Amino acid sequence: MTEKKIDNELIRHIALLARIEMTDEQADALGRQFADIVAYVDKLSELDTNGIEPMAHALDVCNVLADDVPGESLSSEQALANAPARDGDFFKVPKVIGDSQ
Amino acid sequence: MSGVIDLSALELRDAITAGEVSATDATRAYLDAIETMDKKLCAYNETFAERAMRQAEMIDKARSVGQPMKPLAGVPVALKDNICTSFGLTSCSSKMLENFHAPYDATVAGKLASAGAIVLGKTNMDEFAMGSSTENSARQTTRNPWDTSRVPGGSSGGSAAAVAGRMCAMAIGSDTGGSIRQPAAFCGCVGLKPTYGRVSRYGLVAFGSSLDQIGPLTRDVADAAMMLGVLAGHDGHDSTSVDKPVPDYLASLDKPIENLRVGLIKEFHSESLDAEIRGAVDKAAEIYRDAGAEIIEVSLPHSRVDIDEAGQLSSYAVACYYLVATAEASSNLARYDGVHYGHRTAEKVGGIVELYSRSRAEGFGDEVKRRIMLGTYALSSGYYDAYYLKALKVRRLIKNDFDAAFEKCDVLLAPTAPETAFKIGDKTADPLTMYMSDIYTISANLAGIPGISIPAGLSKSGLPLAVQLLGNVFSEETLLRAAKMYEKASGNSRLTPEMMK
Repeated sequence: MTEKKIDNELIRHIALLARIEMTDEQADALGRQFADIVAYVDKLSELDTNGIEPMAHALDVCNVLADDVPGESLSSEQALANAPARDGDFFKVPKVIGDSQ
Repeated sequence: MSGVIDLSALELRDAITAGEVSATDATRAYLDAIETMDKKLCAYNETFAERAMRQAEMIDKARSVGQPMKPLAGVPVALKDNICTSFGLTSCSSKMLENFHAPYDATVAGKLASAGAIVLGKTNMDEFAMGSSTENSARQTTRNPWDTSRVPGGSSGGSAAAVAGRMCAMAIGSDTGGSIRQPAAFCGCVGLKPTYGRVSRYGLVAFGSSLDQIGPLTRDVADAAMMLGVLAGHDGHDSTSVDKPVPDYLASLDKPIENLRVGLIKEFHSESLDAEIRGAVDKAAEIYRDAGAEIIEVSLPHSRVDIDEAGQLSSYAVACYYLVATAEASSNLARYDGVHYGHRTAEKVGGIVELYSRSRAEGFGDEVKRRIMLGTYALSSGYYDAYYLKALKVRRLIKNDFDAAFEKCDVLLAPTAPETAFKIGDKTADPLTMYMSDIYTISANLAGIPGISIPAGLSKSGLPLAVQLLGNVFSEETLLRAAKMYEKASGNSRLTPEMMK
C-alpha cells in the first residue's frame, strides 16, 4: 500500500474534499508532515489481515429504534441562535443554484 | 478555609452533608484558589463564580430545612470545554467555537447537577481534543502544577491541572486515545476512562465517535469511583450507551480482591520503556504480589511498542488509531460549515464552497486540519481499502489480543505514558513524536476497554510517575478495587505539588 506519492496535487485534492482552503506555502508544509505520517501508518501493511473481519465499533452494538412518538426538540429560535447569518427562520448562505462552483 | 480545598471530593461531600463545612464556604475557597492560582496555571477557559455561589447557597438552604443531601452535594467540579452546557460557552478551545453557546446540557452535566455538584468552570484542552499536551489550544497554554515550564498533558490538560492545582475537587475529561489517563499521569491525579458505552456521550462534542468516552479526573481512586457512579448509565439520547446496571462502585472499593490475577504486558515492558517508569511498574507488580496476587506475563503482539532505526517509538496500535480516529474526525468535523453555528469568514466569498473552505481554514488550527486531511485521505476513493479498512482489521487483531489476555487475568498492569511531563514547546514541531505520547493508552480505546491511571510517586526530578491498569469491558468495579489495593499499599495517593504547599 505504499508507492503513493504525496505531492502538492494530492494535498490540494484532499483539501478540496475536506473543504479547507490552503495557501501554497501551507500545502507545502502540510505535504511534508503528511508524507511522514502516511509513511508511519503504512506500518500496518506489515500485518497479514487476510480473513480478518473489520471492526468498526468497540462493542457488539445492534441498531436501536426509538418509539415513534413526538418528543421534545429544539425550537427554531434555539436552533438558529448560533447561526452566523440568518434571514427570519432560515440559515443564510451565498447563492448556490447557478453557482459555477 | 485553606483546609477545605485539601479534602478529597468524598471527604468534602461528607463534611457538607454532616454540616461541618458549608457548600458556600467550599465553593468560595475554590473560587479564591482559582483567583490566585489560575493566573499561573491557565487551566480554566471560563469560570462561573456567581452561578456557582448561587447553587452553593441553594444547597446550604436545602440542608438547613432538612432536605436529604445528594451524592455530590456541594462538591465543586470542573468540566472540560467540550462538554456542552446550556450556560456559558462550549469552545473546545477552538476559534471555530469561540462564541458557541450550546442550546442544551450534556447528559453528564445534567447528571452532575442532579447529584448536587457545582460547576466552577470549563477547562482548557487541545483543540477538539486533538493532542497530548494542551498546547493545541486556540485559547491559552496550560501549565503543569508540578513544574510550570512543563505541559499538563492532554487533551484534558486543563482538567488535570485544575485537579492537581487544587482549583476544583474533581473534574470531567474525555478520552479518545488517552486524553484522560495521560494528563492524569503527568499531573499526579487519578484518571479513569470507562468502558465504551458506560457513560453517555450525549453533549460531548464528537471527535472519534467509536473511541470517545467521558470520565473522571480526581485526587484519589475513591473519588473516581464516586464520580463514575454518578456519570454511568444508559441514556436514550446516546444509542451507543449500554443498558447495564450501574454497580455501587464505592461500596465494594475497600475490599481487596482475593486471588487477583494481574497481567504484565510483555510488549510494553521492554527496553524501550523509560527506566524510572519501568521501575514504577515493577514496584506495582511487587505490591500486588505481596497482596497475594498472581503476576502473569501476557502478550499483546499488535499493541507492541518498538524503537525504530531513528530511535523513535513505534506501534501498530498508534498507526491504527491515527487512521480510525482521523477518519471519524473528518466526518464529525464536517458539521463546521460556517452556516449552522461556529466561525464564518468575514471576507466576501464567491459561493458556498468558498464559504465552507475559508471559514474552516480560518476556524481550525493546524493539528485539527492535519487530522481532518489524514482522515479524508484514508476515506477517499482509491485509498479506503488500503488505509481505513486495513486499520479496522488491525483494530480487530488488537481487540483479539486483549480478549485472549483477559482469559488469563483480571487486570493488566502497564505504564500510562512513555515519559514524565515534557517541556512546553518540546514536541510541537513534530506531530508524530507527539502522537507517541499515547502509545500505552491508545489500545484501550480501540478495544473499548476501561483503563485507569494511578499516581506512582515522583521521579528523581520531582515529576509525577504513574501506572495504568486495564480491565475487560464493564469490569470497572474490579478495576477500581484493584487500583485501590495499589493506592493503599503504595501510599501514592493525593500527591501535592510544591507550589500548593
